[in-house]
Amino acid sequence: MTTLGWIILVISWGAIIALSVFCFYKILKVKKDNIHAPLDIDTGDLEEESDKEHNP
Amino acid sequence: MQKRENWGTKLGIIFAVAGSAVGLGNFLRFPGQVCQNGGGAFMIPYFISFLLLGIPLCWIEWTMGRYGGKYSHGSLPGILDAVVKKPWAKYVGVLGLFVPLVIFFYYTYIESWCLSYSFFSLFGSYKQIAEPTEMKTFLNDFRGLLPSSNYGLAYTFFLATFIINMVVIYRGLSKGIEFLCKIAMPILVIGAAILVVRILTLGTPMPDKPGQNVYNALGFMWNPDFGALKNPKVWMAAAGQIFFTLSVGLGAIMTYASYLRKKDDVALSSLTACSMNGFMEVILGGSLVIPAAFLFFGAVGAQEMAKSGFDLGFVTMPCILNRIPWGELFGFFWFFLLFLAGVTSSISLMQPLISFLEDEFGWSRQRSATALGIVCFIASHFCIFGLASGVLDEFDFWGGTLAITICAFIEVIVFVFYFGIKRGWEELHSGADVKYPEFLKYVFYITPIYLGAIILYWALFSWAPWILKPFGLDLSIDWSTKFPFLAFDFAMIKPQFVILFTRLGLVWLLAFLLFLIWFAWRRKKVGKVKI
Repeated sequence: MTTLGWIILVISWGAIIALSVFCFYKILKVKKDNIHAPLDIDTGDLEEESDKEHNP
Repeated sequence: MQKRENWGTKLGIIFAVAGSAVGLGNFLRFPGQVCQNGGGAFMIPYFISFLLLGIPLCWIEWTMGRYGGKYSHGSLPGILDAVVKKPWAKYVGVLGLFVPLVIFFYYTYIESWCLSYSFFSLFGSYKQIAEPTEMKTFLNDFRGLLPSSNYGLAYTFFLATFIINMVVIYRGLSKGIEFLCKIAMPILVIGAAILVVRILTLGTPMPDKPGQNVYNALGFMWNPDFGALKNPKVWMAAAGQIFFTLSVGLGAIMTYASYLRKKDDVALSSLTACSMNGFMEVILGGSLVIPAAFLFFGAVGAQEMAKSGFDLGFVTMPCILNRIPWGELFGFFWFFLLFLAGVTSSISLMQPLISFLEDEFGWSRQRSATALGIVCFIASHFCIFGLASGVLDEFDFWGGTLAITICAFIEVIVFVFYFGIKRGWEELHSGADVKYPEFLKYVFYITPIYLGAIILYWALFSWAPWILKPFGLDLSIDWSTKFPFLAFDFAMIKPQFVILFTRLGLVWLLAFLLFLIWFAWRRKKVGKVKI
């Protein structure tokens, strides 16, 4: 393994890990108003008429 | 009106999309491409393609998918109809049905090889085989390609795999797909990480060959050959890897995104799914097969194996795993991981078609899944029993190579010219959990040019020879020295009728899907299905 090989490996792995960490940090730190309350979660099992705005 | 399903959690759709993207290509195709295209230097065009092609395509699919969901459309015909608002648009979207359907026909069969090999490994069925040539014979015997072999075992595992897929699909979005992906994806990451640690701690497994150690194995994979970057083939290979690894052009991401609520985030979720796929590919996929092949077969052997595609997984890896302690267990791990990666991808292939039947015909999920299950089950038999004749390869070419690329190109064109970059950028940021710098939107001007150039290159150097081959016309020549049609020797024409009939079948399938689109919109027009 040459020095250039190590540099490429570290940069490639570092870029991917940094992107993944950034994304999951943002996802897990998401604002509360963006999290659906349990009643807002529709599993598709109920035939309710609610939530019409999502199905115009 | 039938109520559309929704995702239970944000991580659910991210895992589902990442699961759709993470497949056999991450573990088998990527390391082979790196090895053949300049080693570490390949990562330069790879990351450029990731930024200019991969991420924008994902943004486009997520954004247009969620937009289509607002109008109760989850498949490409309906989404294009909602975006373009012209009668022809829905027919162009037929590729969003054709591509996943054709890929599903053969993908479950390949997936079943992974399941069967995980059992073979656990029970030591190939334990006595040490050499790749013998392992290849074992594989061919299993697939019924030898005169003395039969399809019994392969068919049994295919049935099991098909049933597993159908059960997950039948259970629905939240209880089936999301539930499976939320379990399978963490297992996939942890399992692959365990295998990587095992490979990277092998040291010098063959003491009589001290040069074949982990240090040199990593060097074989990552030492850059910058001279390779002068070759356009390397750039095309990188673009192709990014394109195929992210599962764009399938319609699956769009369909998944259509089940989001209109203020759900797509900007961050799409990037997260891309990053997960990159993690699985670059860090885990890149540290497994090729470094392991180098350790046991040396530089020359590993270079040869890198060209062998799927044989890397089913021939090389079993030989390697046979030589390490606890090889049976690690072999089981390896193939079960490939199987999980396959299942999370194949279930996503069915969703665009289910969504089409649900949204445009008003069918229930169960009815849609049953109808599609019957069609796919019948069509899969052509791949199983026509494997030796090249039927599976033909399906892969038309569905998984040509149509998928054209489909992605259509999506980009529609996004740029009909949706509009400004409006698309705003739509991407609607409800977003992250705000991207404004200048990034100009990447959407580059993506169609980039993709168009790739299509042109592939059409000339890869697709044209493939299309003409069954007619007996060999175009696999060096185009730099000879103009292609001068090489035609009409006396040599030997048509391959099985392949030509397969193509005819695919044309009929495309025509049938076009008819379904016409019929669905006609029904809506006369008011049989409310939209």
